Amino acid sequence: MDDVAAKAQALFVIGSNTTEQHPVFGAMLRQAVIQRGAKLIVADPRRIDLTEFATLHLRQRPGTDIALLNGLMYLILENGWEDKAFIAERCEGYEEFLETVKQYPPEKVSEITGIPVAKLQQAAEIMGTVKPMAVMWAMGITQHIVGVRNVMTLANLQMLTGNMGKPGGGVNPLRGQNNVQGACDMGGLPNVYTAYQPVINEEVRKKFAAAWGVSEAPRLVDDNHTIHGLADKVGLTVTEMMPGLLDGRTHALYILAEDPIMSDPDTKHIRHCLEAADFIVLQEIFPTETSHYADVLLPGVTFAEKDGTFTNTERRVQLVRQAIPPLGEARQDWEIIAEIAWRILGADAASVEHGPWAGWDYHSPSDILTEINALTPSYAGINYERLERGERLQWPVPNAEHPGTPILHTKGFARGKGKFMPIDHIPPAERPDDDYPFVMSTGRVLYHWHGGEMTRRAESLMSLYGQALVEVNPSDAEKLHLVAESFVRVESRRGVIEAKAWVTERVPPGMVYANFHFPAASANELTQAALDPVSKIPEYKVTAVKVELV
Amino acid sequence: MPHLTINGNPIDVPEGTTILRAAEKLGITIPTLCDHPDLTPYGGCRLCLVEVKGSRNLSASCALAATEGMEVTTESAQLTEARRGILELLLFAYHDSGYADGQKETTQFMRWVRHYGLDPVKQQSANPYHPVNSDSNPVVWVDMNKCILCNRCIRACAEVQGRFVWELAERGFNSHIMAGAGAGMLPGRCESCGACVAYCPTGALDNKPSIGAGLPDKLVTTTCSYCGVGCQFDLNIKDGKIIRVTSNPNAPVNGMHLCVKGRYGYDYVHHPERLTRPKVRRYLLEGKAKSEIREERGEMGDTKTNHLSSHPPVSALWDWVETDWETALTITADKLRETRDHYGPDSIGILTSAKCTNEENYLMNKLARQVIRTNNIDHCARL
Repeated sequence: MDDVAAKAQALFVIGSNTTEQHPVFGAMLRQAVIQRGAKLIVADPRRIDLTEFATLHLRQRPGTDIALLNGLMYLILENGWEDKAFIAERCEGYEEFLETVKQYPPEKVSEITGIPVAKLQQAAEIMGTVKPMAVMWAMGITQHIVGVRNVMTLANLQMLTGNMGKPGGGVNPLRGQNNVQGACDMGGLPNVYTAYQPVINEEVRKKFAAAWGVSEAPRLVDDNHTIHGLADKVGLTVTEMMPGLLDGRTHALYILAEDPIMSDPDTKHIRHCLEAADFIVLQEIFPTETSHYADVLLPGVTFAEKDGTFTNTERRVQLVRQAIPPLGEARQDWEIIAEIAWRILGADAASVEHGPWAGWDYHSPSDILTEINALTPSYAGINYERLERGERLQWPVPNAEHPGTPILHTKGFARGKGKFMPIDHIPPAERPDDDYPFVMSTGRVLYHWHGGEMTRRAESLMSLYGQALVEVNPSDAEKLHLVAESFVRVESRRGVIEAKAWVTERVPPGMVYANFHFPAASANELTQAALDPVSKIPEYKVTAVKVELV
Repeated sequence: MPHLTINGNPIDVPEGTTILRAAEKLGITIPTLCDHPDLTPYGGCRLCLVEVKGSRNLSASCALAATEGMEVTTESAQLTEARRGILELLLFAYHDSGYADGQKETTQFMRWVRHYGLDPVKQQSANPYHPVNSDSNPVVWVDMNKCILCNRCIRACAEVQGRFVWELAERGFNSHIMAGAGAGMLPGRCESCGACVAYCPTGALDNKPSIGAGLPDKLVTTTCSYCGVGCQFDLNIKDGKIIRVTSNPNAPVNGMHLCVKGRYGYDYVHHPERLTRPKVRRYLLEGKAKSEIREERGEMGDTKTNHLSSHPPVSALWDWVETDWETALTITADKLRETRDHYGPDSIGILTSAKCTNEENYLMNKLARQVIRTNNIDHCARL
């Protein structure tokens, strides 16, 4: 992030409300504009705060990002601004990609996106001529049925302009949660072990089976059930596990510090799913909306009560230090997990054989990190001694002497050459119609955090933003006869919420914006589980709704 | 690269380096109030005066660029006298109303006042000229009686947060800092990040939720629990409670800066609703099956209506019962194992957490794969 803040000459922010969602980085972007005169282009249907500092605000219709980006690349190519040397040396798949981009002349793109042709031309000129340009994106790009295609299209743009692998350039996804990067790095995904080692790769499975003492031999556990070695199929994502509770694939859930009732799409459906579970154990710091459906509640601790590491959005591994003892009888989360693991194994003694990392006898988070070092190539050289010494480590850190890797892909891409992908625009899953004429987008606000479990219990934040607000454009407000302090009823095919209206130019006519911080008016009552086919991320950013005065 | 000496110590510094910064590199402290390394030099408080050989006047070292051959002296009887005079004047316009702000002994201003042998109680203004707590912002305490017009808040808001809430109003004796063109901080579009508080050297701007909280027993540097930027800060701990969050200038990503959630969103840690004992549903303790509750009332949660009326079910078997850890852990382990053995490993889903540490996430991954034997593990990265 510091290289972007200090070196990028152009900044392209798309699908990221940076000053509210990553406020400290957002402030750095503002300063890059104020102090260095960096050119800032913001592409967002909403007039987010960052647009005040932007050279250009491209206000595309929700769900038209691919058309917009292809249109910009069309213009870059038309003017010969592409980085021919970079494309020739570092990339492949260029010809096929060109064929696709040719289908996006500015007039057509303007029609799809609603952005005037002149603005497209201005944006393409900045992108094609000002270097380096960094692209920043967040959930506004990924929470679409075309999320993965959106990301690939941004990669196309950065390869075309030669901005990959350079300080002040690159594609910079801004991760939304304090340790979402770490949770992915640590194998908290259905397709990979730590450091993205695939579960379907036999060599990888052998490595983990040997380390964890898992025998490949089938073992009879029930009268007629056997259990095998490490699972060799990709598992279910959260957006598949939930419906799995209804169709009988999933019977039990172990949930650590998550609140699906607030954070998953289509709340009513999620309630149905959780209700069907045979058993749910929830490890949490508060009773949440999800705990109504749990069978066991285990009290874990907050960040202030624990030691460990978090990995930030730029792969920087940093210490979390215990400042106070756990409240009441709450226990360290790592201890609780280990207690459950050895109890299951204990009653099932034959299941694990000898292996260097087979046991669960940890005395501290540092012990666990040692095991992570041994099995996770990118974390091999990260230890508490180095972090306590103040070393600043961004993975990959392949050994204890390695200084870390602030910028990826400086000499080549992980797969060798960067591959241009031919990608076409696909409209959103649900579009406005006569019955549901508005588009609703969802997200967070500056003062609250995700499902709001923590921030709704922070007095200062509640006095700054104490209830859900739905953003409505003034022209729509007039048609709906809204006055000051009016409440609106927002209804989709799946649910309905009532919340106070915030009449504001932040949203264009025909669009409303709602958050999911407050259980009494959570946007996820309305959203749908229309998933990207690859990432399985739901399309939170486009829901057809109707809006009326309460 | 100009070469110069400070108190006889030679040093080479890049063109444009101020004497104040050059002295810092040599480990020499020059007193200052209006200067901060993160902010544009202002030259307002004049406390950082130094003697430069060949110059008849004392110079403000924060605004003086190093030049070739300069010979600078930072301590002398003349300088001490001049600095004491400046502090006396500042103190003359300063009034501490005596409320327990908890930080006043440690503000930069008070440290220099004491260092130069002044008595803050006797030498301060006899009367307040402004109301204390004069802004309605719920997180920023404003007490203009303590303002020395160092201008740091104005620069912090403009140069760090980029919001321009503060400005200098009027001139001469009436000169004062003002938020939102007189309308106040929040109407002035303040985002409540607290940067102005973090950079204030006198306590004129302070953390409102921490007024009266006193001095911490210890500071613990840690990483924020909100977004993915990875800001670090110091938790101020007193009697086992977080009483305040303060900036740690060595934080790799954010330096002194924080957002409103990081600086002021910590009190959830001590919220009375925290879970502090394990709980299990009564049916589990009575050896009953979940199906018996379903038969009793048809369904578990309330799904007929929306959130507005969602309530826990009515059956007494579904009541929460607080238990000891052993009971709760044994029930959990037994249920998970029975489910796995009966329906197969893939009948269990593990939701790990983007809020938890790497170490905890690693263990969830190991539990899913080694113990349960499933790859059904995910978290809310997608959501």
